[in-house]
Amino acid sequence: FELLFHSRDSVKMAAGQQWVLVEMVQAFYEAPAYHLILEGILILWIIRLLFSKTYKLQERSDLTEKEKEELIEEWQPEPLVPLVSKDHPSLNYDVVTGPPSHRIIVNGKECINFASFNFLGLLDSERVKLKALSSLKKYGVGTCGPRGFYGTFDVHLELEERLAKFMRTEEAIIYSYGFATIASAIPAYSKRGDIVFVDEAACFSIQKGLQASRSFVKYFKHNDMEDLERLLKEQEIEDQKNPRKARVIRRFIVVEGLYINTADICPLPELVKLKYKYKVRIFLEESMSFGVLGEHGRGVTEHFGVNIDDIDLISANMENALASIGGFCCGRSFVIDHQRLSGQGYCFSASLPPMLASAAIEALNIMEEDPGIFRVLQDKCKHMHKALQGTPGLKTVGEPLTPALHLQLENSTGSRTNDLKLLRAIVDYSLDRQIALTLARYLDKEERFLPPPSIRVVVTVEQTQEEMEKAAQCIREAAVKILK
Amino acid sequence: RSFPNQSSLTQRELHFDRELAKHRITAWSVCIFTSYSSFPPQNHHASCTLLYKKPFVESFEETPLLVAVLTYMGYGILTIFGYLRDFLRDWKFEKCHLAREREEQKDFVPLYQDFENFYTRNLYMRIRDNWNRPICSVPGAKMDLVERVTPDYNWTFEHTGNVLKDVINMGSYNYLGFAENTGTCADAASECTVKYGVGVSSTRQEIGNLDKHEELEKLVAGFLGVESSMAFGMGFATNSMNIPALTGKGCLILSDELNHASLVLGARLSGSTIRVFKHNNMQSLEKLLRDAIVHGQPRTHRPWKKILILVEGIYSMEGSIVRLPEVIALKKKYEAYLYLDEAHSIGALGPRGRGVVDYFGLDPSDVDIMMGTFTKSFGAAGGYIGGKKELIDYLRLHSHSAIHATSMSPPITQQIITSMKCIMGEDGTTLGQERLCQLSENTTYFRRRLHEMGFIIYGNNDSPVVPLMLYMPAKIGSVSRFMLKRNIGTVVVGFPATPIIESRARFCVSAAHTREMLDKALNAISEVGDLLQLKYSRKNRHGSEGTDCFSFLESHQD
Repeated sequence: FELLFHSRDSVKMAAGQQWVLVEMVQAFYEAPAYHLILEGILILWIIRLLFSKTYKLQERSDLTEKEKEELIEEWQPEPLVPLVSKDHPSLNYDVVTGPPSHRIIVNGKECINFASFNFLGLLDSERVKLKALSSLKKYGVGTCGPRGFYGTFDVHLELEERLAKFMRTEEAIIYSYGFATIASAIPAYSKRGDIVFVDEAACFSIQKGLQASRSFVKYFKHNDMEDLERLLKEQEIEDQKNPRKARVIRRFIVVEGLYINTADICPLPELVKLKYKYKVRIFLEESMSFGVLGEHGRGVTEHFGVNIDDIDLISANMENALASIGGFCCGRSFVIDHQRLSGQGYCFSASLPPMLASAAIEALNIMEEDPGIFRVLQDKCKHMHKALQGTPGLKTVGEPLTPALHLQLENSTGSRTNDLKLLRAIVDYSLDRQIALTLARYLDKEERFLPPPSIRVVVTVEQTQEEMEKAAQCIREAAVKILK
Repeated sequence: RSFPNQSSLTQRELHFDRELAKHRITAWSVCIFTSYSSFPPQNHHASCTLLYKKPFVESFEETPLLVAVLTYMGYGILTIFGYLRDFLRDWKFEKCHLAREREEQKDFVPLYQDFENFYTRNLYMRIRDNWNRPICSVPGAKMDLVERVTPDYNWTFEHTGNVLKDVINMGSYNYLGFAENTGTCADAASECTVKYGVGVSSTRQEIGNLDKHEELEKLVAGFLGVESSMAFGMGFATNSMNIPALTGKGCLILSDELNHASLVLGARLSGSTIRVFKHNNMQSLEKLLRDAIVHGQPRTHRPWKKILILVEGIYSMEGSIVRLPEVIALKKKYEAYLYLDEAHSIGALGPRGRGVVDYFGLDPSDVDIMMGTFTKSFGAAGGYIGGKKELIDYLRLHSHSAIHATSMSPPITQQIITSMKCIMGEDGTTLGQERLCQLSENTTYFRRRLHEMGFIIYGNNDSPVVPLMLYMPAKIGSVSRFMLKRNIGTVVVGFPATPIIESRARFCVSAAHTREMLDKALNAISEVGDLLQLKYSRKNRHGSEGTDCFSFLESHQD
């Protein structure tokens, strides 16, 4: 029956179509001539549009070849780089002759080093040197390849294992350049459309990582958890509007353990609370705090007694406390392993020279054997912080526990250049009196939030009480003399 | 897809050529093009015959159709199996070895989208044992590998404790053989370690500017024949942290489509507009240059502030050499700036090892920014930028690396100084020169033999980077494993480092390779090639078109 119905239906339809056709032909005959002409033109126009050459908007110009040549002739590019005046204050670097160790020769003057981030004094360690030498004897200097292509050495694997063990995490991954570590790690996870909440004082490599990730970046006021929570709440409201989209937008908080630009510590316990409340992942940059804070030098997590598994990714360089070269990331394998194929600085760069990896391993050995060293460093930091208090015209910026303090002018002259000149005069005065200091350098036009000019004062375990007193005294004298 | 068609040149181009001819009357060249695969045919300027002083032979033989079809089928089958296995894993029929999210964070937005890792999970994982092979010796002409076994199909590896001794190393970028643990370089580096230690713990602008760094920079400037230079701690970062200092908003970057990730990242970080031209295709580049100047910036039509061309000396995956004489001619004509990345070519090309500029016999001052790395030919680490004094002065102030990154380790610096002096002959010996000759001889020999065996190899005849085409994904793993069985370490690459159907093995010829080692490697390659049917080339081999070209060129060189 159904079949029958169908066939009858189709017969009816066919008849109907036939009728329509007849009607159309009739209408064609009856239509006025102008109507037909108009329709004919329209059809031709459509055909023309269909077959005309496609063009790019940009190329649509009616310029003749000659006019183009003239334009090319006329075009004057800007110079590749603007001219730099010969007496630019930062053009001529201070020259260090010999090793940058506790005793350092800067511009020909022998000084005590208060400027290199050699917090644990491992740069001069004979043990580290010997280990590096034996590694050099075995492997030579360079690796001649990226990790993927015969650039993975057994010492790299050993170092990764040791770092993971030291930090008590599942896995660690090493990079051949400290700067590239966090700058590669961030874009490995955070992509276009994702949201990153960042502290305003975040260091330059974090900023570059964010830029490379092309994510949506929201800055919160430095160490201000209320401001961060305000942003997180805003985002929560935003998410409720479009829950489907919210389900795929990854969110991260990126902070530093100990800020290099402000010398203070991030409020990690509060951050962890916010993490679970708003379901945001935390990336922690610990270049300044690794090997400095905590009873065993594990950094800011140990300092606050925060469970390291609550932090999604920790990154640090091996250039400060470890006094080698390179950087590492550590955390759970679920997170870290992803970088082995997605970390640009890991995949596309030659691996770390084995002798530098060996040096880092030996430095870790020393740190593990003698955890008292961190106590000593922390005491010295506190001492230096106290000694620098009350320097006339200069304020000490940073927490007592930080090994790299900033001295800023109490009263700015109003111009950055003049401020820098004054501070440089203090540095020069100290250099003449065997105290090596340095200005904190920034890229004035590139930093997201440019910190005020400052002198860096770095504390290391090698400095004696007297040397620190002497340095503080020297800075005080210089301040009195130069700042009046 | 044929030989350059000179009759198609326009009036204007001929005019341009004549102008160029005035400058370089003595120059001559023969351009021979075999067919192309993914590379579009380049209708070459007649000028190229005038710009080159010696033959410029580059070949990219077309992918045979059947091979292409089979390759796509291979990927199709792998994908279907991938889905099947994902399904099995979901239903717990197959054990899943993937690391899992913590329980506490299960309700977070997933860190990875499932599809993102499909390729890694189902394709890469099957042949993962061919990469990251740990080595435990100098990465010289021969190396020792740590033996690994996997109990779970490459998800994890265990070291057996055995060492695979004396594997011939065809993978490391050790072009001049300076990866050594004995000899003058190693001795100098040891001495430097004793004196300086390994770290610096500060940046160049603060207090990490050692006398060693200054010494190196002077030497590099002399080596390159430029006014001044600056050295950085990492080659990748030399690009990514310095390009942003050179260009910014309102500038245009013209970048070769096969440029290295570091150049791409640097260009992206700079905030400039980026346009991409076809690989080594001068017509594509010229068209972009003309359009850019004529039309200015998009929408506003303001003229571009400046135009920067980014090219590499040797392209590491193709083995091709940049058509530098033509690039320089274009750059001069359109007043663009040229950034030349010599990561692979410095030390490896040119009669004096000074890179691609030396190879073509050009003037280094015609290249605005000479960049290169110390990782490869010098057996060290890091990178440099060389150029006019104004450029380097500017970089000393504005390079991200000089201000925010720790400076180069002293023993690494020393290694570069010593090896560079050796290449320059400043050590009073001819050892450096001998290495250069050896490399060039090895390259010619190795490429010629592979060609004769009937493999499809890409790139320039003079390039020590030799890609050998495998095409099919299943052959990636098997080639590398079969070669290792024959005690030869090779690099294999597939998607995403190459176009999807153009998987390849890559050999890097070194001056440290003896003829015996090369022969051993070549025999093994031939054996594996027969076994896996890799001899795809359809060109005649002996007394063939190809060889004819060689003899023809040789007669001209005389």
